[in-house]
This record gives sequence, structure tokens and C-alpha cells, in this order.
Amino acid sequence: MTKILTMVAQRLALGLLTLFVVSLIIFLGIELLPGDLTEAVLGQSATPETVAAFRRELGLDLPPHTRYIEWLGGVLQGDFGKSLANEREISELIGVRFANTLFLAAIAAVISVPLAVTLGVLAALYRNSFFDRSINVVTLSSISFPEFFVAYILILFLAVNANIFPSISNVSADLALWERVYRVMLPALTLTLVVVAHMMRMTRASIINLLASPYIEMANLKGLSRSRIIVHHALPNALAPIINVIVINLAYLVVGVVIVEVVFVYPGLGQLFVDSVIKRDVPVVQASCLIFAATYILLNLTADVLSILSNPRLLHPK
Amino acid sequence: MKQLIKLLKSAPPTAIFGLLVIVVYVFVAFFAPVLTPYGESEIVGSEFEPWGEGFVLGTDNLGRDMLTRLVYGARNTIGIAFATTCLAFLIGGFFGLLATTLGGWVDQVLGRIVDVLMAIPTLIFALLILTILGTSIPVLIVVIAILDSTRVFRLARAVSMNIVVLDFVEAARLRGEGIWWVIGREVLPNSMPPLVAEFGLRFCFVFLFISALSFLGLGLQPPTADWGSMVRDNATLITYGDITPLLPAGAIALLTVGVNFVVDWFLHKTSGLRDEH
Repeated sequence: MTKILTMVAQRLALGLLTLFVVSLIIFLGIELLPGDLTEAVLGQSATPETVAAFRRELGLDLPPHTRYIEWLGGVLQGDFGKSLANEREISELIGVRFANTLFLAAIAAVISVPLAVTLGVLAALYRNSFFDRSINVVTLSSISFPEFFVAYILILFLAVNANIFPSISNVSADLALWERVYRVMLPALTLTLVVVAHMMRMTRASIINLLASPYIEMANLKGLSRSRIIVHHALPNALAPIINVIVINLAYLVVGVVIVEVVFVYPGLGQLFVDSVIKRDVPVVQASCLIFAATYILLNLTADVLSILSNPRLLHPK
Repeated sequence: MKQLIKLLKSAPPTAIFGLLVIVVYVFVAFFAPVLTPYGESEIVGSEFEPWGEGFVLGTDNLGRDMLTRLVYGARNTIGIAFATTCLAFLIGGFFGLLATTLGGWVDQVLGRIVDVLMAIPTLIFALLILTILGTSIPVLIVVIAILDSTRVFRLARAVSMNIVVLDFVEAARLRGEGIWWVIGREVLPNSMPPLVAEFGLRFCFVFLFISALSFLGLGLQPPTADWGSMVRDNATLITYGDITPLLPAGAIALLTVGVNFVVDWFLHKTSGLRDEH
């Protein structure tokens, strides 16, 4: 048991270290790259006085390490500084939007995870049948489609032709839960289609991998039905890789929302991020970048830890 | 030539389809000026004209011919994605092989750098860098190539790890061959098949990535015709039930599906693996 705890602790420490290095890159990367923030914002025709005033206001005249420590200290207390574009507190801007993004990702996860596991189990159960083959072709193609293609096809069929869901998902804080779910349905479905393929294929592969093992043959010889063998005997043992791939896909969901949010004009963090990149609003870009990267790293870390914890050889050492 | 025909005959229908798609795309990309009725950014009519006379696929949001833009888009989008993938392979492959051949601290340092770069999602990282450097074609190519080369590095390192410990590499070293000779003549030729297959997959990824950036308005800049930005510019049409904006998006999807099919076939051929079925 101590061995497993040390392994988890090691992973956590490594994750924290990665986060620290990433925050350094996000902050200092901007320093090291050619091109000056002042020039980017004010344009090349700015007078030396305005440039100096601007630099003083942002604290750009201080040495980098001082500014990094101040910035990191602020971030840890939830203070990301002010936006260059509209002078508002970034934490205010980001708070609601990040909650919206998480909401969208959560809805997509609630739909896609059970769907992917069920389809994977069914494909393993009816291996080599027409169902298995057609699902294989469909998932292979959906992996190769750009997100916006899937999104616009859904808009065309479900919003324009059939008029079931709204094509623009504008949500606000005062909406009731069901109304919110209804409005984010199309973006959630798009995300589902994008991630379900990978999860489903992994579920199928890890179950089929197990089907050759002796204890499955034993169950077969006992005369158990195919569905019972797969659901009761193979699935529990295939859970570790399945959980791992699910969490990795959840990490992808949080990042993949960027494009989907733009298509559906959804007021999430991804939309804000893209807008700020276009406006070159560096403090907002840094803040959103840090939040996205942190979410991604934390979810990948969770996948690592879960796969350690769900490994029976590590859990019950001899 | 005979061998080629024999090889093609043995290919599954999906691979034939993929090859056909690739050939058509390359042809269109090369002969774009011959195939199009108008110039790339020439305004020839009013905005959003419907399909039909004069403009086979109608016109876009500025009154440019849609078909012409689509054909030129093949040239620009595929060309840039191809250049980026090549650069990514040069960087990633070079450092990957260097890491395994030299080993020791070089391997450690390169490995850790790649770990950190891969810890940040590619799209987020690319957007961060493009904020500072601005979006021009050379910047786009270099930034995406460097970010993508991390994946190539991992693969090149994993593949060549098993090769550098083999006897013939040891023999070459004992003969006193230099590091470049060992990499270029011994390790590289033997790591080729997986790297070639990976090239196809990476190309798809880069292609989708550039299209996504263009779609966000941060990739290729107007008036260059590019499929991602064409979807973005004409997206309003979709709310009227017009499928025109789906054409460039579909063109992207078709090419990636085609390349994936061919890569799938190639992997089966070179690995000698039979289907798991």
C-alpha cells in the first residue's frame, strides 16, 4: 500500500512541477519572443512618451522575475490583473465564462461517456457483424472531420431543416437548468460526436484483448451467454484502460470547446480566448491560457492516478 | 510499373478511394490557374449569388467566385500543411534520432523539453504564440511545425531506440564512423516505415489544425483563399439552408479521410500484421 501511495505522490509532485514550468512558459515566453507588447498594442507610430507611460502602467519597466512573482502571487489569489481592451478585472470576465465552458463540457461528457461505453461493448459483443463494421467506418470518419464541419452539419439538419434546437446557444445566468441544457444541446452533440469515436474504439479494443484469456474461455466452457461473459467477466477487467481513455478525452473536451464555442457563439472561456488573441489582449490571453493548460494537466494527471489506482497488481501486492 | 499495378490491385477499396482522392486534390492544386474561370481574389459579381449561370457554385460574401476560391484553397491549404509537416519531420526526426544515438544527458534534456511542450494543449499554445508574433504564413508554418515536431520526436525516438542497440550500429561505431554517418546510414533507413505512416497522420493533423486556426480567423489571412476561412466567411448562409459553406469544410474532411484510409493500408502492408478480426 505504501508503494502505491508513493507512486501517486510522485505523479502529483510531477504534475505540480509541470504546472509551474507551464506558468513560467506562459509568462516568460512572451518576453523571450521577438516583438514587444507595447509595440503590438500601441502600434509603431506611438510617441516615446506614450510608450514609457504604458510600460510604467503595466509594470513592464520592472525586471521579469519580479513581475513573474507578482503575477503568480496574484493568480494564486484569483487576481489575474486587468484586461488591456476594456480595463475590466480579468477574474470577473473569466469567472462566469469558465463556469459556462465547464457546463458545456459536462453536458457533452454526460452524453458521450455512457454512449461510447455502450457502443464499445455492443461492438465487441457483435464482433465482425454488419453493426460492428459500420460503426467502425463511421467512427473512423468522424475522427477525421474538422469540428466545425460536424457543427455546421448539425446546424443544417437539426436547427435549420428540422428546427428542433436553436443554432445559437446564448445562455445567461438567470436561465432555468432545463432551458440551459436545451440551448447547449447542439454544441454538446458536436463535442460528443468528436470524442465518442476514440472512447468507443478503445472500449472495444480493450474488451477484445481480454477475450483470448483463459478465464474467459473457462466462462465460455461453463456455457455462459456471450453478453454475460462480456458484461460481467471482461468489462470489469477492461475498466482501467477505459477509464484512462475517458479522462484523456475529457481533457480534450475542455480544449476542444474553443472552436465549438465560436461556431455556436457560446459565451464561454474559449470564445473570450479567441477574441483576446485577435485583439492581442495579452493579460487575458495569459490568464485563459493558464486556466486551459491547468485543466488539461489536472485531468491528465487524474487519468494517470486513476490508472495506478485501478491496477489490481498494484492494489493487491503479493 | 508492373509491380505498381499489382500492388494497386491488391489494395482494398478504401485505399483505392483514398489514393484517388489524393491524386485529384494534388492535380487540382497544381493546375489551379488553368482550372478556374476567374482570379483568386477577383470580385466578379454581387454578394452571395446563388448557384447557376456564370458562377457554378455561386459567389461568396464579397462577390468572389466560390468555385475559383475552392480550387485555389486546395493549393494554399494543402501546400502550407505539406510544408509544415515536412518541417515538423525534419525537426522532430532529427532530434529524435540524435537523442537515441547520443543518449545520456542529451536524451534527457530533449525528452524533458518535449514533455513540457506536450503538457500544454497544442491549440492553446499556438494561440498564445500567435498573439505575440502575429499571423503571417512563415510564422504559422514555423510555430505549428515546432509544436507538431514533439509528436514526431517521440515516435522517432521510440522507433530508433530499438535500432541503436543492434549489432550493425555497434559495428559502425566500432569502425569509427561519425555520429552523422551512423544516424544517416544506419539508423534512419531502418526507422523509415513507421515514420512514413506517421507522416500521413501528422499531415492530417496539421491540415485540420491550420483549417481550425483559419476558421478562428487566426490562420491564413485574406485575401488568400483558404478552406477554413471560407467556412467562416460564408457561415451565415447555413441559416438559410444553403449548403455552400459546407463545401470547403467537406473538402477538408474528404482529404483527411482519404489520407487516413491510405495510411491504414500502408500500416497493414509494412507491419505484415493481419487484421485483428
